[in-house]
Amino acid sequence: MPRPGIGAPADAANPWISWDYVTSHLDDLAAAGREHVLLTVSAVLLALLVAFPLAMLVRRYRVLMGPALGIAGVMYTIPSLALISLLWPVFGLSPLTVVLALAVYALLVVLRNTVVGLDGVDPTVVDAARGMGMDRRGILWRVEVPLALPAILAGIRIATVSTVGLVTIGALVGYGGFGSLILSGFQQNFWHAQIFTATAACVLLAVLFEVGLHWLQRRSEPWGRERAR
Amino acid sequence: MELWAWFTDPAHWSGPNGIPVRTWEQVLMSTLAMGIALGVALPVAVLLGHLRRGVLLATNLSNVGRAVPTLGVLIILASVPSIGVGDTAAVLALALFAIPPLMTNTVAGMTSVDPDVLDAGRAMGMTAGQRLLRVELPLAAPLILAGIRTAAVQVVATASLAALVGGGGLGRYVVDGFALQDGTLILAGAILTALLAITTEGLFALLERVATPRALLARQAHLAPIADVLT
Repeated sequence: MPRPGIGAPADAANPWISWDYVTSHLDDLAAAGREHVLLTVSAVLLALLVAFPLAMLVRRYRVLMGPALGIAGVMYTIPSLALISLLWPVFGLSPLTVVLALAVYALLVVLRNTVVGLDGVDPTVVDAARGMGMDRRGILWRVEVPLALPAILAGIRIATVSTVGLVTIGALVGYGGFGSLILSGFQQNFWHAQIFTATAACVLLAVLFEVGLHWLQRRSEPWGRERAR
Repeated sequence: MELWAWFTDPAHWSGPNGIPVRTWEQVLMSTLAMGIALGVALPVAVLLGHLRRGVLLATNLSNVGRAVPTLGVLIILASVPSIGVGDTAAVLALALFAIPPLMTNTVAGMTSVDPDVLDAGRAMGMTAGQRLLRVELPLAAPLILAGIRTAAVQVVATASLAALVGGGGLGRYVVDGFALQDGTLILAGAILTALLAITTEGLFALLERVATPRALLARQAHLAPIADVLT
């Protein structure tokens, strides 16, 4: 519930967009931004760390495919507010609670795209590689993974951008990056400038990740670049 | 064990803060939001898809939807004096975020219809309206329904955030639990919210199966597409 203001300006002077706010709160914004990036990157890296071995396992033992994607799908359905709350008794009010919860969501996206990408590799290319005398590991790392890389990177990009937005929910346990600023702005008597600036900063961060990872994705498809020229 | 005691306490099953009322609030908010989103997104998306346009728009919309934090929009809406704190802000925010998955899937469904099939319909003497209602929409139905399912689950899940801006719903337990440092209340709220989301997913998956033309069921045997994969 919003409580009457600590540091919030009077209602008459409560603009949404205030350059003054930005310049006078650069430290707060920078700290929130650092936390936001750190939480996002840790969650996505953790998801990758689990998703890749899992994708390999699922491809080797196809029977595991249904259950693995099914369980990941059910976990994806659990609301972030609920997941953070379910992890809270174990990990408490710590960044780990937020990172673990967000990694769960990133996991499904990365896992699906990795499996779909690897399955999408033309079997005749794999046959050709085998004909050239490549072993299983060589085929995987030098043929299948490079060809599936655009799909895998698309998964990482989508997961990362979604995670940037979801980090804000971490404000509930005190680790929400810009989300903590949004929530505290709301609780400090609807401090419009803080709410709006933090939301805009969050969008900006998501756009930066989107553009950067999209560039990386384009770089990973040399055939795509050839066509573009 | 405390959790068991909480769930079996009859006091938690009645009154304005009881489980039935809170569940109903969450369902009501979600239904209203879905109603608004469907009313806005479906006509536009069906038209764009029918004209074989809007693929780029739909993709961009889902990119924007991903990048904008729900919490930020919810709190901005709740801070606008004419909207104010409570369920209205939540319904509006939920509706906004339901539009991208609905648009993306509907446009994808409509544009995935084989043009040859439409030509066959024309050759059989079908009017434009008949082709839309009896060829295009049924063939696009699986993807449109997948979009509705994605949107509905997302809306029901996100509706728990309403409690952060003074609204009702099952998120109330979680938010109050954090405010009161009451672990049992937090866990109970989390479990109820998760169950409601999973139930919604199940119900809509069932609806999808029932409403998919039988001829298409066999083709769909593998995973139904998530709006997100490979975009």
